[in-house]
Amino acid sequence: MSSNKKYWKSEAELSANDAMIETLKQNEFVEQIPTGEFLSDKQTLATSNTNRRDFLKYVGFSTAAASLAACEGPVIKSIPYVVQPEQIIPGVANFYATTIANGFDFASILVKTREGRPIKVENNKDAQVKGTANARVQASILSLYDSARLQGPLFNGAPSEWSDLDAAVVSALANAKASGKKVVFLTPTYASPSMSKLVAEFAQGQDQVSHVVYDAISESAALDAFEAVTGERALADYHLEKASVIVSFGADFLGDWQGGGFDAGYAKGRIPSAGQMSQHFQFESNMTLSGAAADKRVPSNSAQQAQALAALYEIVTTGATSVALPENIMAAVKAAAKAVVKAGDNAVVLTGIDSVEAQSLVLDLNASLESVAFDMEAPRYVRGGSDKALQSLVAEMSAGGVGLLVIDGVNPVYSLPNAAEFKAALSNVGTTVAFSTMPNETTASVQWVGAASHYLESWGDVAVKKGHYSLTQPTIKELFDTRQFQTALMKWTGIEGTYYDYIKNNWEATILGASVWNKALHDGVYVGASAATKMVSAIDASAQLKALKAATAPTMELVLYAKTGMGDGQEANNPWLQEFPDPITRVSWDNYATVSKADAASFGLVNENVANGGLNGSYISLTVNGATLSQVPVIIQPGQAPGTIGLALGYGKTTGLKEEMQVGVNAFALYNDFSRTQEVSVAKEGGMHEFACVQLHKTLMGRGDIIKETTLEVFNTKDAKYWNPQPMVSLDHQEVEATSVDLWDSFDRSIGHHFNLSIDLNACTGCGACVIACHAENNVPVVGKEEIRKSRDMHWLRIDRYYSSEDTFEGDNEKKDNFDGLTGDNGSLGGFGELEDPSANPQVAFQPVMCQHCNHAPCETVCPVAATSHSRQGQNHMAYNRCVGTRYCANNCPYKVRRFNWFLYNNNDEFDYHMNNDLGKMVINPDVNVRSRGVMEKCSMCIQKTQKTILDAKRDGREIKDGEFQTACSAACGNGAMAFGDINDKHSKVATLKESDRMYHLLEHVGTKPNVIYHVKVRNTTEA
Amino acid sequence: MKKVTYRNLVSSFLGLFLVALTLVPQNLSAQDQSSGDPVKGKQLFNQNCAACHALNRKMTGPALAGVTAKYEGDKEWLYAWIKNNNSLIKAGDERALAIYNEYNQAAMTAFPTLSNEDIDNILAYTDAPAPAPAAAAVAATAAAPVAASGISNEVILGALMLVFGLLVMMLYLVNKTLRSIAEANGVVYETEEKEVRMPIWLAFAKNQFLVLVTVIFLLLSSAYYVYGFLMQVGVDQGYAPVQPIHYSHKIHAGDNKIECTYCHSSARVSKHSGIPSLNVCMNCHKSIYEYKGNPEGPTQDDLANGYTNEFYTKEIKKLYKAVGWDEETQQYTGESQPVEWVRIHNLPDFAYFNHSQHVSVAGVACQTCHGPVEEMEIMYQYSPLTMGWCIDCHRETNVKVEGNAYYDKIHEALSQKYGVDKLTAAQMGGLECGKCHY
Repeated sequence: MSSNKKYWKSEAELSANDAMIETLKQNEFVEQIPTGEFLSDKQTLATSNTNRRDFLKYVGFSTAAASLAACEGPVIKSIPYVVQPEQIIPGVANFYATTIANGFDFASILVKTREGRPIKVENNKDAQVKGTANARVQASILSLYDSARLQGPLFNGAPSEWSDLDAAVVSALANAKASGKKVVFLTPTYASPSMSKLVAEFAQGQDQVSHVVYDAISESAALDAFEAVTGERALADYHLEKASVIVSFGADFLGDWQGGGFDAGYAKGRIPSAGQMSQHFQFESNMTLSGAAADKRVPSNSAQQAQALAALYEIVTTGATSVALPENIMAAVKAAAKAVVKAGDNAVVLTGIDSVEAQSLVLDLNASLESVAFDMEAPRYVRGGSDKALQSLVAEMSAGGVGLLVIDGVNPVYSLPNAAEFKAALSNVGTTVAFSTMPNETTASVQWVGAASHYLESWGDVAVKKGHYSLTQPTIKELFDTRQFQTALMKWTGIEGTYYDYIKNNWEATILGASVWNKALHDGVYVGASAATKMVSAIDASAQLKALKAATAPTMELVLYAKTGMGDGQEANNPWLQEFPDPITRVSWDNYATVSKADAASFGLVNENVANGGLNGSYISLTVNGATLSQVPVIIQPGQAPGTIGLALGYGKTTGLKEEMQVGVNAFALYNDFSRTQEVSVAKEGGMHEFACVQLHKTLMGRGDIIKETTLEVFNTKDAKYWNPQPMVSLDHQEVEATSVDLWDSFDRSIGHHFNLSIDLNACTGCGACVIACHAENNVPVVGKEEIRKSRDMHWLRIDRYYSSEDTFEGDNEKKDNFDGLTGDNGSLGGFGELEDPSANPQVAFQPVMCQHCNHAPCETVCPVAATSHSRQGQNHMAYNRCVGTRYCANNCPYKVRRFNWFLYNNNDEFDYHMNNDLGKMVINPDVNVRSRGVMEKCSMCIQKTQKTILDAKRDGREIKDGEFQTACSAACGNGAMAFGDINDKHSKVATLKESDRMYHLLEHVGTKPNVIYHVKVRNTTEA
Repeated sequence: MKKVTYRNLVSSFLGLFLVALTLVPQNLSAQDQSSGDPVKGKQLFNQNCAACHALNRKMTGPALAGVTAKYEGDKEWLYAWIKNNNSLIKAGDERALAIYNEYNQAAMTAFPTLSNEDIDNILAYTDAPAPAPAAAAVAATAAAPVAASGISNEVILGALMLVFGLLVMMLYLVNKTLRSIAEANGVVYETEEKEVRMPIWLAFAKNQFLVLVTVIFLLLSSAYYVYGFLMQVGVDQGYAPVQPIHYSHKIHAGDNKIECTYCHSSARVSKHSGIPSLNVCMNCHKSIYEYKGNPEGPTQDDLANGYTNEFYTKEIKKLYKAVGWDEETQQYTGESQPVEWVRIHNLPDFAYFNHSQHVSVAGVACQTCHGPVEEMEIMYQYSPLTMGWCIDCHRETNVKVEGNAYYDKIHEALSQKYGVDKLTAAQMGGLECGKCHY
């Protein structure tokens, strides 16, 4: 039985006698009316000579003045175009296909523009590869309107002119040529055919030009391994939808492993159809998205992962292994190997271990398996950096061998472990130029700064994968006096025309063949023919095996990773991403060291919840190879491999960032030799860190039946009533299904549209693209770390993360079946204490929760002013202008999805994020209201989008096709976890999903009849 | 050739004769130079030529006043040019090339359908245009009786006043006479002693019932007025701000019957009706450079408001300045200055309204909400634009479902449910909060 499995949200919930947790659980509204702001200052209150009568006078006067002022309406100006551009109709959105390629994120996207302003990123469904925008790409639109952007070229920190910069570069080029010094371009991976051509053309006029590609988070090991085998510096591609068995050794392929973007394929294989779904084994240290989705997750340190990989290789190839591993890991390896052997060419093995040996062994293994999911013929170009080239550049710079260094799009002074050395070496370079959209550590250390255009203001092209090309086109004119690097390079080379002409000519000459340029530009993507990459040299597996078997782990190991919300830290000044709660820890506005419960106990580290619902954690200092990071806050992470500590890169930036965004510690300082695993020594430090963690917020009051989960075996063999049971209630002393009892008369919704949103827990990887998409579409305000801590976050859509204890699942099934509620004699809290250390390796389930749009909504019946009401289309309406802010609705909502505007978040400098300046406001969706202080808000099921679809159909005089209705979240979900549509259209996808056996409603027994449906999560734990 | 000329001569003589017979004799002097009918010519000119030519002014093409004289009466050449200028240019005709090059090699539209007679009429008009009708005189005479009736009313009232004054005087005199007669007869008047009575306000204050009733009445009435006052806060019905350019909807939509959606084109596809960009104005105003008044001439009211032809022409110049149009060179200067119109119809941000839904889907006439725009010299807000006003209409208006495949199924099902053939917007769900507030 699935539903009797007990779920917990925080490590703290497992300790039976934590009074605070119990209090929080019973306290729906931890937010108090924020009187503290003005009552806490006792001194001012005492010394103030404003007495009560004066106060009342002031109140009376200001009320009267305000009402009188309100009587006179303002004069509003309306200014039409002088010459209206042909494509722009005020009020109608235009979409342009473009591509983001910032060296870390690559995606083919559609950009929605209104009156010439880009306001939203959508997925480009025409793209065969990398066509989905992750959370960072969704949020990148806000970085365009960042008020901190560089607005023009600088010389030694002072504003300058482009002509001066050009002159300086040209003379530096001449000097370099004369003195025989090198000219170096330091850039991230562009994967741009036209850019490569441009650099080559530039190099013709100079003697010594080198182009150093630098990935802040390196994939050098994998690139080196692939290059050694094929002669091409690229990465093998994986089609996970074709795999029936996936074994991953430290590869967070649902995160940013090798450029990411594997989740859509993976999710396809995870939806059980005809009794089949893929099986996924994950050996990893940190709890990652991939580990969370895995059927079998094995916490292990890097050496154990390497040895496990070696063992798997041996068992698969020879049937036995000589590797010695801890019993539980060995058992998992054996099970995985058995599954791989059984699946044959339907199996695939992935690894994220930063060693060439491990990477080549995996290439060899996949090739020998002839895995259908393994694609070597058309490799991916999304990473191309070389650690060695970079380190030799630093040496060369220090020696004075570089005459001109031009940096574009990377920030080595921040992201290099030897940043100080790099910074010192910069002074030995004749002329230094850095191109960047944002001021950063590097632009502060060079002579010339070129203000670069944002990708939404630029032209460009990308070869994401062999034969797969995409185009970047500007969606807005440059907001400032900026220039893209390519334009500058063309100027320095003396090439006439624009970079657009250059790309077009290049494409027409080399890429397009007989195809038409305008079509390619319109689609944003183009697939051309190309010669397959072939394996040219064999891999010596025995040498690799030997190296892997010899791997040793230090007593404490630091495992660096990129967070879903922050990546390599390029968008650190983006408030949407800062406020985005990490899918696993649910902490926003911070990075932190994740430690296992056992290690925390031995170092004396604690996490504790305080009365306002906030989470506090101890500080530690981390020392790697002599470099120390102090004041690193600690999160006790269930599932963290003992002896390992996780820490996210991309935080701790200070230069050029707004004060609010200067959060976290810079883990790049510990990123020695570009290896993600480091030997570390840990010391506890004093003080407690205040986290902005939404983990325990919005309690559901201990109501069960949130997550329903089962195994593939049960799913295939038992009746749906068994693994997806309906809750029963007593009616006339008879046990009946809860859905058959109703307090209310039902409204006839069979006419017109009736919207349902379906969420498949099997396909949801917790990536969070929907959260940011919702942010952008619905003008959800950013509230800041302090407010989040007080559980005043405004996210309309949250992704709940639940842990459950896998290791005890089978053995203690019966005992858990008898659990009754959270507390009491048979309570799960007490029960958990008896179970065998559940937090060592929990199972994880993600559940996106937004307003459930209940047909019998509890919020609607309690609103004293009827501000929230139901529509016959199934949407629960919220009339903001009618709301008086009693918050009864939020109290009465069993799903805790209503958000209250405690403050005015727009036009308020107390909330210095993006809604308080003219530039940042340009991202606001003009079709959705910007809410004010004192009103309740919540998910509207994107009524502005459904209404638009209906109107378009009415105007065209046609019926609406399935798939036309979308919400921001369903459109953003590239994994197919969310489907939206009209259930009155019996042929629609969502109507069939509603009839599925796996369908259930959240808290069915409450009888709210929601219009959001979920699908039971199925795990494939079948032994091969 | 000679024969043709002869026949032309005959026809022109005939024409002259007819004109002399039927029309105003003042034009006789004009007829001397030309052989066409300037009245017909004017009509033809306005139909065919006025888009690019004016009489005394260079436009897209040259000014046409005295064009016959310019070409020394070479009518044959003019016929050929007007009917098919392209062939002349191709043939390398000197005069044709000269004019072609002078106007940036912009080809003139060919008019093969115009007969020589028509051209003669046009040329007659261009050589000596018929004078404008004496509109002012007509207006003045029309105004006279109105003024006269006003005076007569005052006379009547004055006479009545006089009569009443006389009556009062007479009464006084009669009274005085009677008194003196009475005195003479020894009649003595007695004045009654006044009883000391409670002042009325004190009596009122003592009557508690009355006080209560009055207080209730006062409270109710003040509540009524306060409510009335508050309810009109933010309702700007009749709001008619002064605009940077005096744009007359009456002239455009009324007199000239221009479709609303010609200028407000986005109303068909967008939520905004849109204010036309200036390039849309220039579609017509490139050639309409002055206001020549409506056919009947300015009315008394117009004149009283200063809406003379010169006034309107000055407003057109404002447009030229804004869009950067140089009338001399007939070219854009590139120096433009967007017009800052004052927005009249302001919906609050929390109310969603979509023009295309109403204009394209429902087929609601613009006038339903915006009133008789074609009669508005100054645009004003006709409707209150309150929620009650929206809802009233949604309750009463039937949805236009005919010929719209989107509605087919829904209409059928809903008609069955409500047992009616026609469905109002409210029955379709048009009263739900979220349809307009999100």
